[in-house]
Amino acid sequence: MPLLEVTNLRTSFHTRHGIVRAVNDVSFSLEKGDTLGIVGESGSGKSVTCYSLMRLIPQPPGRIEGGAALFGGVDLLKASPEQLSKIRGKRISMIFQDPMTSLNPYLRISEQLIEPLLIHENISRADALKRGIAALAEVGVPDAEKRIRSYPHEFSGGMRQRVMIAMALITKPELLIADEPTTALDVTVQAQILDLVKKMQRELGMAVIWITHDLGVVAGFCQRVQVMYAGRLVERATADELFQNTAHPYTRALQKSIPALQPKGAALYTIPGMPPDLSRNLEGCPFAPRCEYAQEQCKQPVELKDIAPNHATACLRVQKNEITF
Amino acid sequence: MSAEFPIVTQHAGEIEPGHSLWQDAWHRLRQNKLAVIGGVFVAILSLICLLAIVIAPGSYAKTNLALGATAPSSAHWLGTDILGRDMLSRILFGGCISLSVGLAATLVSVIIGVLYGAISGYLGGRVDVILMRIVDIIYSLPFVIFVILILVVFGKHIVLLFMAIGAVSWLDMARIVRGQVMSLKRQEFVEAAVALGLRKRQIILRHMIPNVLGIVAIYATLIVPSVMLLEAFLSFLGLGVQAPMSSWGTLINDGRKTMEEYPWLLIYPSLFFSLTLFSLNFLGDGLRDALDVRASKD
Amino acid sequence: MLRFIFKRILEAIPVLLIVATVTFFLLHRMPGGPFDTEKATTPEIKKQIEAYYGLDKPVTQQYFDYMKRLVLHGDLGPSQKYFGWSVNELLAGSLPVSMELGLEGLCFALFFGLTAGVIASLRKNTFGDYIPMSFATLGICIPSFVTGPLLIIVFGILLGWFNTSGWFFPRDRVLPAMTLGLYYMAYISRLTRGGMLEILNQDFIRTARAKGASEWRVVWRHSLRGGLLSVVSFLGPAISGIVTGSLVVETIFDIPGAARFFIGAAFNRDGPMLMGTTLVYAVLVVVMNLLADIVQVWMNPRLRFDS
Repeated sequence: MPLLEVTNLRTSFHTRHGIVRAVNDVSFSLEKGDTLGIVGESGSGKSVTCYSLMRLIPQPPGRIEGGAALFGGVDLLKASPEQLSKIRGKRISMIFQDPMTSLNPYLRISEQLIEPLLIHENISRADALKRGIAALAEVGVPDAEKRIRSYPHEFSGGMRQRVMIAMALITKPELLIADEPTTALDVTVQAQILDLVKKMQRELGMAVIWITHDLGVVAGFCQRVQVMYAGRLVERATADELFQNTAHPYTRALQKSIPALQPKGAALYTIPGMPPDLSRNLEGCPFAPRCEYAQEQCKQPVELKDIAPNHATACLRVQKNEITF
Repeated sequence: MSAEFPIVTQHAGEIEPGHSLWQDAWHRLRQNKLAVIGGVFVAILSLICLLAIVIAPGSYAKTNLALGATAPSSAHWLGTDILGRDMLSRILFGGCISLSVGLAATLVSVIIGVLYGAISGYLGGRVDVILMRIVDIIYSLPFVIFVILILVVFGKHIVLLFMAIGAVSWLDMARIVRGQVMSLKRQEFVEAAVALGLRKRQIILRHMIPNVLGIVAIYATLIVPSVMLLEAFLSFLGLGVQAPMSSWGTLINDGRKTMEEYPWLLIYPSLFFSLTLFSLNFLGDGLRDALDVRASKD
Repeated sequence: MLRFIFKRILEAIPVLLIVATVTFFLLHRMPGGPFDTEKATTPEIKKQIEAYYGLDKPVTQQYFDYMKRLVLHGDLGPSQKYFGWSVNELLAGSLPVSMELGLEGLCFALFFGLTAGVIASLRKNTFGDYIPMSFATLGICIPSFVTGPLLIIVFGILLGWFNTSGWFFPRDRVLPAMTLGLYYMAYISRLTRGGMLEILNQDFIRTARAKGASEWRVVWRHSLRGGLLSVVSFLGPAISGIVTGSLVVETIFDIPGAARFFIGAAFNRDGPMLMGTTLVYAVLVVVMNLLADIVQVWMNPRLRFDS
């Protein structure tokens, strides 16, 4: 049985400008120990998908319109607050994009780091503190015993992210959701953080969902990848398959946009046009307005369909075998 | 936080007419019913007060000792006080005085605050640090005590009154203006102006002041009620507006002294005063919320 | 942290000196005196009175004499209105009363203001928000010299629960403290609501929820410390305002505090009394502000490293 099974997730935001369909009928599943990457631009719905699972969407403007997310027999989307709080931080942990704002500036690191233990496990403060120091040392913070008493603003960005990782993993969760944790960091630090998470994953045997806009990260880290655009899944495959047998024009365009891979001296490739207005109901393929392969038929509604074992695409023309990359 | 909310963008090819900051603010203000009601109330009240001066000057001082204090009736809508003076006229004139003193003191306060804040913000560095530290210190002293001392020493002329009140209320304005000037200083168009060769004085005059004026107008609306409160406070203690003129503060104090026998002498002036403060506060809050989305209560 | 306290004390001393000096020279310019308005006095008696009060010496000499007496002995001089009494004696009896009133007003404002503000922020845009905040707006707009008499009418006269004036029984504290504190309660509840809302919107609150913290824990452990910051920085001006507000409240409720001496001195032109009460008020405010600053630094760790 999969660890996590998401079916037909739909989340919208009811704003003054209309109803924004941020996540539009997304389904996927995750096995124990899997590493899944979710790739997309800002506004693609990749983060909102995972926040919906944890029910961390602010509910006045946001609303989970439908779907189910089965985790160990519990539907996360319909669970009671008590059930939810037992899962959050204990069985599913999350780390966020900006370590500077995601840590409470008014509390010491020790307070925040051992908090998951104090909430979920029946251990004394002293024991929790010992485990906290050990966790801090494990993620590579030097002089952990002294530094645990510092405040967040006394740490550098990379260190803060390590603290966040330690805090997320201290309860040995079954699933870690990482929302662009390296986007706000230097490139060298990015690599360190990635290695750290890989190491912890091996030790704990946990599954990881890694949200990013950076295909390079995905290539080095994830076994399976799904690509999102305008709130929908457009391609889903293993990492190898995604890069070798790309099955969607958007994924192809993303690959072409990586500056490092482009020939020197030529103009940099950018995807023409802009992401669509999600408050309007879109007919057919959401990427069509910007796609160089688009045709009349792309205006029909299209579903995510397998074209090979473990490789699905939402491009009508690829499904019909009309185009390859 | 931006990762959480999807970006609402246009379909490529469609361009909506741009909204200037002021248009957006005006639109938001119009939607704030309380602020609109407040603004209308103040406008109507000011109009009536002005009319009262024009139509029936002196009616507030006409005594009728034989009549004495009477409860509200058809002859005197809000009753009369112990000297037989018509309360409606007294309250309207009192309003005139209170509003005028309020506006005058606000003007003084704005002038001092803007100058102080602009200089501090523009010069920056150590000068700014010192000037702002002075503001912090003054902010925490009971300056009303000093206003009282000034009035005691120099007499209770009405001009001195609103100057003294204004001299106490400029602190917030100075801070706000300084903040605006500092953020404007860093913006690109100042660099562009410098690159084009404009001297510092020209930069201040042509670019910064128009930008700052909007914010000043808004916070000035919030200064008016606090200044009126201060004037009423002083009048209550007998140190504000002197007889035969009377502001709402003196009326309230007079009413208080006989509140058990003639409660209407206290209730009506208090009502008018509070409603006016209400309206000004709602209007000022609305203006501030309309312009500064971050400061908005939601 | 100790360095911070030390620095602030060092700052407070020149402030008080300046206040004293400015007040002194200001009052020197005050026309007339209490004995001018009473029975006409012969020039000889006038000279004697002036010598007694040291008014025949040059101004600067008077200033130094006064400051020396003040700093070395804490002596505020003799009153000009209440002949035979020193300012110290008159204030010694009345100041504790004023301080008690001020403290009670502040506690009232803090307790109800904080509670109302926190509840309003948690129940944003529902009735649990609109009702306290409407009361808050009322409290800011209606001055104490209006609410005081109103409270007296309702609770003292109509309902008869409290005395309409005086300071004899513990019950007598209720209405004056309420009147004094109402404005600040309103202001504090608005500040609290605003501060809490701002904190509750921050990313680290989301992190706390993601760790499985209950709503109670999120509010109590994570939000309050940051959410109350704007209230703490308001404490300084609030205390200053309470001192000024006590002038009105003590007048309305006939409370034997320091206000009647200050106001009386203002009308009677009693120089030493005016000087004395002003200084006492100033010292009080400066000390309380220092305490408020210390609380602020304790609550916001980021400030500790900036000084």
